[in-house]
Amino acid sequence: MNQKAIIETHNLTKTYDNQIAVDDLTFSIEEGEIFGFLGPNGSGKTTTLLMLLGLTEPTKGWARVSGFDPTKEAIKVKKIVGYIPESIGFYDDMDAIENLLFIARLNNIPDSVSTPKIEEALESVGIKDEAEKKVGAYSRGMRQRLGMAEIHLKEPRIAFLDEPTLGLDPEGTIRIIDYIQSLSRDKNITILLSSHDLKQVQKISDRIGIMINGRMIAVGPIEELAKEKLGVDDKEISLDDVYMKFFQEGSL
Amino acid sequence: MTGIGTIVKKELADHFSSYRFIILFALIAMVSLITTYMVGIGLREELGSVAKPKFVFLMLFTSTGPLFSLVQFVGFFGPLIGLILGFDAVNRERSSGTLSKLASQPIYRDSIINGKFLSGVVTIAIMLISILLVVSGLGLTLIGVVPGVEEVWRIFIYLIISIFYISFWLGISILFSILFRGIATSALATLAMWIFFSFFISMVASVIANSLIPLDRTTREDPEMVMRHVRVQRIISLISPMQLYNDSTAIIIDPTRKTTRSFVLMGPLEEHLSERFRRPLALSQSIYIVLPHIISLIAITFICFGVSYAVFMRQEIRST
Repeated sequence: MNQKAIIETHNLTKTYDNQIAVDDLTFSIEEGEIFGFLGPNGSGKTTTLLMLLGLTEPTKGWARVSGFDPTKEAIKVKKIVGYIPESIGFYDDMDAIENLLFIARLNNIPDSVSTPKIEEALESVGIKDEAEKKVGAYSRGMRQRLGMAEIHLKEPRIAFLDEPTLGLDPEGTIRIIDYIQSLSRDKNITILLSSHDLKQVQKISDRIGIMINGRMIAVGPIEELAKEKLGVDDKEISLDDVYMKFFQEGSL
Repeated sequence: MTGIGTIVKKELADHFSSYRFIILFALIAMVSLITTYMVGIGLREELGSVAKPKFVFLMLFTSTGPLFSLVQFVGFFGPLIGLILGFDAVNRERSSGTLSKLASQPIYRDSIINGKFLSGVVTIAIMLISILLVVSGLGLTLIGVVPGVEEVWRIFIYLIISIFYISFWLGISILFSILFRGIATSALATLAMWIFFSFFISMVASVIANSLIPLDRTTREDPEMVMRHVRVQRIISLISPMQLYNDSTAIIIDPTRKTTRSFVLMGPLEEHLSERFRRPLALSQSIYIVLPHIISLIAITFICFGVSYAVFMRQEIRST
């Protein structure tokens, strides 16, 4: 096992009936890294995240998250991982504070600790003024920010963010991306960021992984992948070009 | 069982603050109070000039008012409480994306389903206890008779059976909310189940009994054939939780009833004994008569929850 790796998978495979969702996935992510997890819809990204969280069992292979096996030690994994799913869910009839308080209690954070922390979290994501509004009245952007507040509250070692900027306006996207970057920079949280927003992924990711049809076809820093695939050594290279090149080859 | 307490507390808060619960509770409390009032007034008038029978307090629950007795009302409409509390328990969480959020917290997955079922059972228990207490209080005022120890025990056992009976329907509705992704579909499926077991099971039992032991002009004259026909019909009817509940509570709450069977099945010896011993049954004897019914009711409640548990634990949890 890689000493520095906080997330590691080996031949990780998941099949549903006879359909392969994740195929022989082997990769690792180092502590404190922002890892851009790319791929078209249905490429197996979410299934991989679910396996890493212990929410679904791999058909073959293994995964380790901070040394824990998600299949056998799911609780230990979930204690150190914050997860924001693609379709972010909150209880609409509860306000932001009540939602976060509920999450804090599920994480065994005492109310005396969580109450000031919730205030701080809401302030840091810029929705403190809307804290007593029912979440049902929140816009998508506000819900995403509330999701980030949840990460702030839980202070995990690792955050799995599945399409955190989906459906957001440019300003909302920039705000979320900046916040993700600050989580890594200020709190040393390892980020596994699954997104279709290549520009934003390029802006903050240390490395990327491209998944197509359940297989990880490329892993590495964007510059290295650009050099390998496009033969260019240019810092200004666009991730869109790199991604499209891999996508075309991977889809064949 | 990490997290189950937090989930139960949240679910209880949701139940007690939901309009559907408040409306249902108000409706059931209102009907129960009206029924008890009518029955209480009737009993006071009828028993005003005569010595009161031993178990007069229990008559509040068994005597039919203008429409039905309290026991019949709970037997018929009680399942609606369970169905309404559980028909969207899991699929609503799934469709709103909160199920994957819950499952990704450091709690065991079964805490979610256990918490939901437990909070439903607690809600049912609180609802029934409060209705029984109010009804008993009103009954005390109306007929002016304090219940004896045995009557209190009988009401307590009736309460436990009722909690299990309604919890069975809660289990069914939770199961459908796991099996069906659409909330409307699970609501319809639970209602269909309730309608089948409440209205149609007797028809189905009659059809099957007629096909197995047909009663025509000649066989109708043969008591043996008639009894066999009725026995088959009863066995099939006992598939219905409502039948199990009605049989067991009728015996528990009414000490003068000595059998769950209908009169046609009573043999000459039984009839003779029944005539000779007019005295009410002791509580232990009443329990003995309906013990198989009570055990069956408890068993199907646990089986139903067990199936929900197994299906939920095997299901994939995804946010989309």
